[in-house]
Amino acid sequence: MAQAAKSKMRLIWRDKIARCALVMLGLLYGCALFADFLAPYPMEYSDPKMGNAPATLIHIWDDNADLCRPFVLASRQENDIATFKQVFKEIEGTEYPIKLLHKGEPYKLFGLIDADVHLFGVDSPARIYLFGGDMNGRDNFSRLFFGAQKSLTIGFLGLFIAFPIGIMYGGISGYLGGKADNAMMRFAEAVMSIPSFYLLIGLAAVLPLGMSSSERFALITLILSFISWPGLARVIRGMVLRIREEEFVQAARAVGLSEIKNVIIHVIPQTASYVVIAATLQVPNFILAESSLSLIGLGIQQPDASWGNMLQAAMDQPHELLNQPWLVAPGIMIFITILCFNSIGDVLRDVLDPKLAGNR
Amino acid sequence: MSLPAYFFKRCLQALPLLLIISIMAFAMLKASPIDPLAAMRSNPSISQAAIDAEYRRLGLDKPNHEQYFIWLSNVMRGNLGMSSTGGQVADRLAAHAGNTLLLNVITLICTWAIALPAGVYAAVHRGRLLDKFFGLLTSIGMSMPAFLLAFLMLMVALATKLLPIGGMTSADFAQKDALGQMLDIAHHLVIPVTVLTFVSLASIQRQARSNLLDVLRADYVRTARAKGLPENRVIYKHALRNAVNPLITLLGFEFAALLSGAAITEMILSYPGLGRLTLEAVQTQDINLVMASLMLGAVMLVAGNLFADLLLKLTDPRITLD
Repeated sequence: MAQAAKSKMRLIWRDKIARCALVMLGLLYGCALFADFLAPYPMEYSDPKMGNAPATLIHIWDDNADLCRPFVLASRQENDIATFKQVFKEIEGTEYPIKLLHKGEPYKLFGLIDADVHLFGVDSPARIYLFGGDMNGRDNFSRLFFGAQKSLTIGFLGLFIAFPIGIMYGGISGYLGGKADNAMMRFAEAVMSIPSFYLLIGLAAVLPLGMSSSERFALITLILSFISWPGLARVIRGMVLRIREEEFVQAARAVGLSEIKNVIIHVIPQTASYVVIAATLQVPNFILAESSLSLIGLGIQQPDASWGNMLQAAMDQPHELLNQPWLVAPGIMIFITILCFNSIGDVLRDVLDPKLAGNR
Repeated sequence: MSLPAYFFKRCLQALPLLLIISIMAFAMLKASPIDPLAAMRSNPSISQAAIDAEYRRLGLDKPNHEQYFIWLSNVMRGNLGMSSTGGQVADRLAAHAGNTLLLNVITLICTWAIALPAGVYAAVHRGRLLDKFFGLLTSIGMSMPAFLLAFLMLMVALATKLLPIGGMTSADFAQKDALGQMLDIAHHLVIPVTVLTFVSLASIQRQARSNLLDVLRADYVRTARAKGLPENRVIYKHALRNAVNPLITLLGFEFAALLSGAAITEMILSYPGLGRLTLEAVQTQDINLVMASLMLGAVMLVAGNLFADLLLKLTDPRITLD
């Protein structure tokens, strides 16, 4: 079994696209894990003077137009009298070089270890905001890392809830058969018959206000799982009904194995490859649902960052999209993540289930 | 079974389903901490007596299951209740649902008009450059969140200044004549339709391609070729008609996905559809409206599935209805 799994892993690894996707996902999850160290500023760090600031310019030429150590300049907000707009001007004079392993704001790595070293940074009062500042003067670039923590974990957490429910529900329904099966499937169909996004909004609206952010996170994960189990349950039920009639199951029945044991020991494991493929292809849906929910303000709430609620800035001020193109950066991160999961899912399907491979 | 009889039977089957959905939706809203009379209470010109009357009319003093039956009997009589922002829920729903339906139907037409030829081309010219290009495009389309594409399209619109930024009508809509109004709406529909079409294109194109490839390997296609039929006839007359059937089954599922995808697109592009209305209802804690739009979404989905099944019967006479 382990041998087979290993050879399948090798098959997946040999596929160029899947390898790229796996490496990319590894990088993304690494970034999320070490967000505190990699991001130049902590998640809730805000500089009121940097509200809606543009991306910090990195200078690599000195006054004599020679290549020099990259540095940034401090900036200052001014009101343009002619247009009544806020503009950010760089203050000439002191140069603040970009330092690697810079001692900056303190944080707790993995929530345990006290530390204050960031991968890079600049001395105060200059700021290095690579993707500009948000409305509250927080660093968009840093928040991308912290957003990844929420957006990337919610997919897997949702799986761990939705899939056991789906498999059990489908398994029980297929095992019982008859009227109970019929009733259970009608209920699953009812859940599927509400357009998922409407159901999502409705459920999110039920959440009481004034919850702590971790409670909210947990409840949103629950909601996402709730809308995604019926599809899986239906397929599993169909497979259970089919596999129960196969010869090896009938043989086990003939030697006297009880029906319930038969289903658990022989039938359910047969669905494993389908479940693995479905799981890989389901993660993007979770990520998408979370970010959509947060995007419209019903998911993860400020000041916590998630890729979805960072996109809210883009939704609230569509006319700024050209001036601040980095506002869509979280969306692009979501796209890349989903692309990776889908590519892996496709390859996984070819490897695990050659019958489904289709015409590539 | 004849087509009308089948239609009638399916409608009857949908009723218990809708009933279960309504119970679920009602239970969900009962679990919420929202006070359905909050808007009335906060309005100083409404007397306490009037609030009490409404309280009794909604049956809020009764147990939950009785409240459900009160709500259900009201709905049966076509009374969806008042929206907390004023006006009848039914009126607001009707206007918005029409807009959503318009958007979705146009998207479906565009999707099929592009995906089917693209899928056929890719299958017939398998492995050629354009096939690979379509493959790349559909991979992107499968992974592209509708909201990201909406933002990107907005950026294009801002840069070119050719397309309107969101909304469904211009400010001077009322002053235009009928033709002008239609053109105006069409102009505003370009971005949402493009976004939704691109997102839903991918799965149909892939499915069309792989179905057609399967069929092209079938014996009867070889026979058709062997007896000397021109390739065009083989593909369009023999193969395609058989490859399309599974796609029509997909149509029902696609409609469901479209409704959800359209909701978030509507919100971003401030298109006055059902999705946007639902979001507003949730934000203003408008219970009646949330409930009604959840139900309407479900009805549209069930109707979409039924439509797909009927279409399947029309295109394939071999299918027996029962």
